Amino acid sequence: MMFGFGILTGLLILPLVGAAFILAQRGDEASVNSNARYAALAATVATFVLACVAWAQFDPASPGFQMVETHAWVSDAIRFKLGVDGFSFPFVVLTAFLMPFCILASWTSITKRVREYMVAFLILETLMIGVFVALDLVLFYLFFEGGLIPMFLIIGIWGGKRRVYASYKFFLYTLLGSVLLLLALMAMYWHAGTTDIPTLLAHKFPSGMQTWLWLAFFASFAVKMPMWPVHTWLPDAHVEAPTAGSVVLAAIMLKMGGYGFIRFSIPMFPEASEYFASFVFALSVIAIVYTSLVALMQEDIKKLIAYSSVAHMGFVTMGLFTLTTQGIQGAMFQMVSHGLVSGALFLCVGVIYDRMHTREIAAYGGLVNRMPVYAVIFMIFTMANVGLPGTAGFVGEFLTLMGAFKANPWVAFIACSGVILSAAYALWLYRRVMFGELVKPELKTILDLNPREMVILAPLVVLTIWYGIRPGTILDAFAAPTEALIKNYQAALTAAKTAMLAVQ
Amino acid sequence: MALPALGPALPEIILALGAIVMVLVGAIRGERATRLLEGGALALFALALVLVLSGTGKVTTFNDGFIVDSFARFFKVLTLLGAAAAILLSADSLRRDGSMRFEFPILIVLSTVGMMMMISANDLISLYVGLELQSLALYVVAAFDRDNPKSTEAGLKYFVLGALSSGMLLYGASLTYGFTGTVTYPGIAAAVQHGHPGIGLIFGIVFIAAGVAFKISAVPFHMWTPDVYEGAPTPVAAFFASAPKMAAMAMVVRIFVGAFPGALHEWQQIVIFIAIASMALGAFAAIGQSNIKRLLAYSSIANMGYALVGLAAGTASGVQGVLVYMAIYLATTLGAFACVLLMRRDGKAVEDISELAGLSRTNPWMAFALSMMMFSLAGIPPLAGFWAKFYVFLAAIDAKLYVLAVIGVVTSVVGAYYYLRLVKVMYFDDAKPAFEKGDIGVRAVLLVSALFVLALSLLPAPLLNSAGAAAKSLF
Repeated sequence: MMFGFGILTGLLILPLVGAAFILAQRGDEASVNSNARYAALAATVATFVLACVAWAQFDPASPGFQMVETHAWVSDAIRFKLGVDGFSFPFVVLTAFLMPFCILASWTSITKRVREYMVAFLILETLMIGVFVALDLVLFYLFFEGGLIPMFLIIGIWGGKRRVYASYKFFLYTLLGSVLLLLALMAMYWHAGTTDIPTLLAHKFPSGMQTWLWLAFFASFAVKMPMWPVHTWLPDAHVEAPTAGSVVLAAIMLKMGGYGFIRFSIPMFPEASEYFASFVFALSVIAIVYTSLVALMQEDIKKLIAYSSVAHMGFVTMGLFTLTTQGIQGAMFQMVSHGLVSGALFLCVGVIYDRMHTREIAAYGGLVNRMPVYAVIFMIFTMANVGLPGTAGFVGEFLTLMGAFKANPWVAFIACSGVILSAAYALWLYRRVMFGELVKPELKTILDLNPREMVILAPLVVLTIWYGIRPGTILDAFAAPTEALIKNYQAALTAAKTAMLAVQ
Repeated sequence: MALPALGPALPEIILALGAIVMVLVGAIRGERATRLLEGGALALFALALVLVLSGTGKVTTFNDGFIVDSFARFFKVLTLLGAAAAILLSADSLRRDGSMRFEFPILIVLSTVGMMMMISANDLISLYVGLELQSLALYVVAAFDRDNPKSTEAGLKYFVLGALSSGMLLYGASLTYGFTGTVTYPGIAAAVQHGHPGIGLIFGIVFIAAGVAFKISAVPFHMWTPDVYEGAPTPVAAFFASAPKMAAMAMVVRIFVGAFPGALHEWQQIVIFIAIASMALGAFAAIGQSNIKRLLAYSSIANMGYALVGLAAGTASGVQGVLVYMAIYLATTLGAFACVLLMRRDGKAVEDISELAGLSRTNPWMAFALSMMMFSLAGIPPLAGFWAKFYVFLAAIDAKLYVLAVIGVVTSVVGAYYYLRLVKVMYFDDAKPAFEKGDIGVRAVLLVSALFVLALSLLPAPLLNSAGAAAKSLF
């Protein structure tokens, strides 16, 4: 605690300090750009270090909220309250961990308006961490929505050819989903008299109201997730965004949807969650099978990975709404591992995009001949994306499928076919890009990874394999809150059923 | 006969006397006095502001025809700030266009007196007097650039439609008087309290609603707004969008909440319709606009719709929402219009949105401020506009007006589309030549409103609390 503010406020403020420092830079453009890069790197690394300090203080055995701090803000009912538990803390660390890589990945590829770029990323980091640490619903909404502004600018200013279209689509799609959440939030405020999340978690909403609230929250999180059929903004945004923007989108922003389900929808509206579970299953398996098929036919590498993200998020929603220990833990694990793997895949695409300035699969081929190290790293992440045992991708898929099998074997059966399809598109992509003869004249002089790119990718390789072999290091973080969540969920359902019987 | 207590109306009296003195000074010294009169107007506004702020409690005078409570004080502060900003925005730019006359600051002061009367009006007569004083001054101001056909057209349009709406308001007022036997708001409220209001009184309410809807430029009485904004000199349009809207909204709230609480279900339907129509039309019609003043005109129509959402709830929290909304709307609108006034190139004002292209490189701070205003108008958190929308919709949800709330938030997404277009033009497009360095007054207004929006974004509590206290004084 410093000046009455805790470590979580520090995580929110540090990137902003970096942004303010960058904005204060004066001088010729080259030196400002260089200062901006180093300052952004320093700020993100400092944030990560602070997140590690928080990690050391974090007690994974406790199911409740930790490091809670409250400050007066809007009114007595709406306060500036921060705190983390096992569900949110992994995402805080993940965000803080990935941001320095995003800055490094933009080191040379961003040449115009570097200062604004770094400022946008630092503000985005604050807003993303804020989503996970907010313990007040209005504060959560503020961070959740506020993140749209920097991302809109990042896609729109530094994006590819159709960046304007993609940035609009991203912004308006997500906004439309979120405004319904805003109304639901207000209804909850009037019912419970507060927007304090721990209080709302203990509050019991009437069954009829739960249905509507669940739907409103679902509208927002389903778009953010994104679930089929509201996923169409994602491929466009991914393709047009600069590499680091894609990494942030795939690795962190998509997780906000899943986090929202686990933080709000399931514990606050248990009856509605049970009621709508089969609906979510249906959408999830459609997403898994359909988007995997769509991914097979993509000609753009980033678009392919984007569709594969939608499919992987399908496993997450499926796992969450099995409402079993395995399903929820698997979904959490899948989100973290997908954060690492999809982020790494986009970074890998960025490596060859920086060299060739195209993302067309057809423009590549035979890269293994000139870039052996790159080929190995790309292979590891491709395998993790497929869900090969021994990589982080396997654990999440396996656990969610186990949960699904308990809830509904048919769902598990169809979802399993998605695993096969994911192997098909991922391996086919790898074959077309890496293998074959290196015949294209532009590729004859392509260079393998430089030291900066090695530094970016090496830690991700290590973590992907480490978490594949020792998944317990993450799973333990949210074991206690998962138990508590399931227990409360069962208790709420039993209470509702008893009440119904009593009426009859 | 004893003189009624003049103390509560002191700010208005000082402004009115000041205006008379200004006329004399102007008549004697002619055009040379313009700068002096501008300074005088600002000084009068500052004095009135201090007097308004120093008042406390709830007092009535002139046989209950004039009321000063914290609701009135809240709106008077906003109105005075808007009027002062209008002087700052107009001084240099009207002078450069050669259309500045010494009457301009006097007319602004006179219309402000009218607005303050409207805010404090507690019976239909004083309401009408205040309204007409305001309107007559505004008609002249709209046509102030008298050699410009567009400005004259704006003035004429505004006059004809304004006269029509005043007539409707007056007709509604006379019906109300006929069916209740009184013109004071508390008297009407007492008469309506028992049972359902009769059909004649409902007609009266409808006509009053039509009249006031014109003044806040709400659909279906909005047609004049885009033309007047486009035709009138830009600083005048900025004035139209700010101070008179404050006064008109105060008038709307006080007349419905103060005079017709017993007919809540009757006027609620009207307000809901007007709110939905304004939000929808404002959102959709703005999409096709290429002139930034017309865009802001449609934006103000939509914004009045959102403010009315709070009124539709008919509760103290709803009125609090209206107050918060109007305060934030004032700051963002003044900021946006200050940016429009800064759009000058080669000695000429440009008004096309495409002229803003690449502003983020030629003038990053102006681009930042204007984008902040746009995101705020779109209601994207954490900017101030989010809190504005939050509190009106919060009240609507409390009053179980779910359909209204859902339509409202969906139109706000449509509205976000065109606000984003300005951001897109400024940040994504290739740069055009830089604008000229703006006038000091305009830049000051922009700076203050940007700081206001920024401060409210982070710490909305002070505004919320004072709005809450002001709203309670009506109930």
